[in-house]
Amino acid sequence: MKNLIERLKKQFKISEVVFQRDNEIFLTVEKMDAVSMITQLRDLEGFTHLVLLTAVDWLEEGYFQLTYLLNNYEKKTDLGVRVKIDRDKAEMTSIHHLWKTAATYQRELKEMFGIDFPGSPRVDESFILEGWDNIPPYRRDFDTKKYSEETYFPRPGRKTHDPAEYMKKKLYPED
Amino acid sequence: MTDINKHRDKFPQKNPDGTNIIDLKSGKFIKVWQGPNHPGITGNMSLELTIQGDEIMECKTHVGYLHRGFEKLMERRRFIQCLPICVRIAVPEPDFNEYCLTSTVEELAGLKIPDAAKWMRTLLLEMSRLQSFLMWIGGQAGAFGLGIIGQWSNYVRDLVLDRFEEITGGRIYHMHMIPGGVRGLTPDGFEKRMEETLQEIEKVMKDIETTMFNNSIFKKRSIGLGYIDPSMVFEYGVTGPNARAAGIPKDVRKDYPYLKYNELDFDVITGKNSDAFTRADIRRKEIHLSIDLIRQMMVKMPKSGDYMAKVPNVLHWKIPKGETYVRAECTRGEFGYHTVTDGSGYPRRINVRGPSYTHAVALMEKLAIDVNIADTAGLMVSLHTYPPEIER
Repeated sequence: MKNLIERLKKQFKISEVVFQRDNEIFLTVEKMDAVSMITQLRDLEGFTHLVLLTAVDWLEEGYFQLTYLLNNYEKKTDLGVRVKIDRDKAEMTSIHHLWKTAATYQRELKEMFGIDFPGSPRVDESFILEGWDNIPPYRRDFDTKKYSEETYFPRPGRKTHDPAEYMKKKLYPED
Repeated sequence: MTDINKHRDKFPQKNPDGTNIIDLKSGKFIKVWQGPNHPGITGNMSLELTIQGDEIMECKTHVGYLHRGFEKLMERRRFIQCLPICVRIAVPEPDFNEYCLTSTVEELAGLKIPDAAKWMRTLLLEMSRLQSFLMWIGGQAGAFGLGIIGQWSNYVRDLVLDRFEEITGGRIYHMHMIPGGVRGLTPDGFEKRMEETLQEIEKVMKDIETTMFNNSIFKKRSIGLGYIDPSMVFEYGVTGPNARAAGIPKDVRKDYPYLKYNELDFDVITGKNSDAFTRADIRRKEIHLSIDLIRQMMVKMPKSGDYMAKVPNVLHWKIPKGETYVRAECTRGEFGYHTVTDGSGYPRRINVRGPSYTHAVALMEKLAIDVNIADTAGLMVSLHTYPPEIER
């Protein structure tokens, strides 16, 4: 695994290499290099299985972190390729030509985080949320509680009692 | 199955990628909506089918009927509070959610769990696999018209749920694994009752094997249905029994031995023909493998001992910044949790990798082409998908 990282470092701008376990590494790569590095990993280094593609919203720092988790089935190793993309201009090159399943992940990310993947099949169709008209819900600045209070008709809940007061009134009504 | 290729000229021409060229204005096609109460799955999901005659020309999967925003909800909960939420992501098989979540949390917090807890977790996971397969076999038989099999298999599944109730107090959702270990070990006399249950399962499985796997209707309808080419396995991210039926021995229990699987003796079951029948046969063998593994565990497991590591106050527990991925082999394939923490008492993001995500969307859309409409439910069950893990 260390040799692989050394090889990749010669070609691509790699930073923040974390050896999470013996067979699991996370690293960060520049947005420009990401797709060519992933293609090279798939075609030459044997990382043929796309485990998942997900995003993390770092609202305070102002960027989205995309994680492409790749798996080398022969060598039983995992490589998490992190890409930081600007939160205001959330757009990334699509990898649907490398794995058929990537299109589904990208469609979900477009809907849930508002990250665009131009050219990915059916990326603009709604995946889970039909008729959604708010900001993408998995962004950190989307407030689920506020949304549900505004959207759904508020029903009066059960009447709540302070237990001490309530029992006192029940047991000693004359006091 | 009808051989559609004999009458190919009456059907639409193919695109280079295998999809059909469809002209909806020609009046030759009908759009049919199957679902959201689809006979082929446990849960709600729709298939938008374009059909000609009774052959499917195009299939599109629609999800979203079960979305409850679990991943978002977990970002607003402390780690211990995530457990009752996460189990609901895969209803018939919730223990894998508990295991993956707790082990990512333990890894990021640098916790080591005691040996007895590891054995207990392995037992729970294997029992969970067993009951999920038993539920599946009823679904697969039912989709091909053998309704009685479901009644038999659900009876023995209920016995496994009784054993779960003994250990954890819950039948479906157990929440027995918590960060640091498990909530308890097996009760007195558990081995005897477990053995009785396993014998009962074996008895019922014998009946199922005779009636289902020797049934000519089942064979006729499932052999050749939904062929997954071995070259599609990596392209479509196929895992679990679906990949093993194509001859690729992908099994997380063997490839990345977690918990106590390296101390258990078993071989990965693979098949050759990669159709619905082979997949059913592999899952049948998996049931026997699970029974065997549980028997091995009953002998090797410690009956007493420390089962909980020392954990700080879980309501004020802050976990250092980090990112990790933990996987396990559930009945459908590779199940994993990708957890990101930011040093606070709450997870930054938890992403669930359910095998159904790839099987039910991209793979199903590909396999459904040219399949008879009556076989869609059978095809869907043979991929073994649970919609809640698609739309966490």
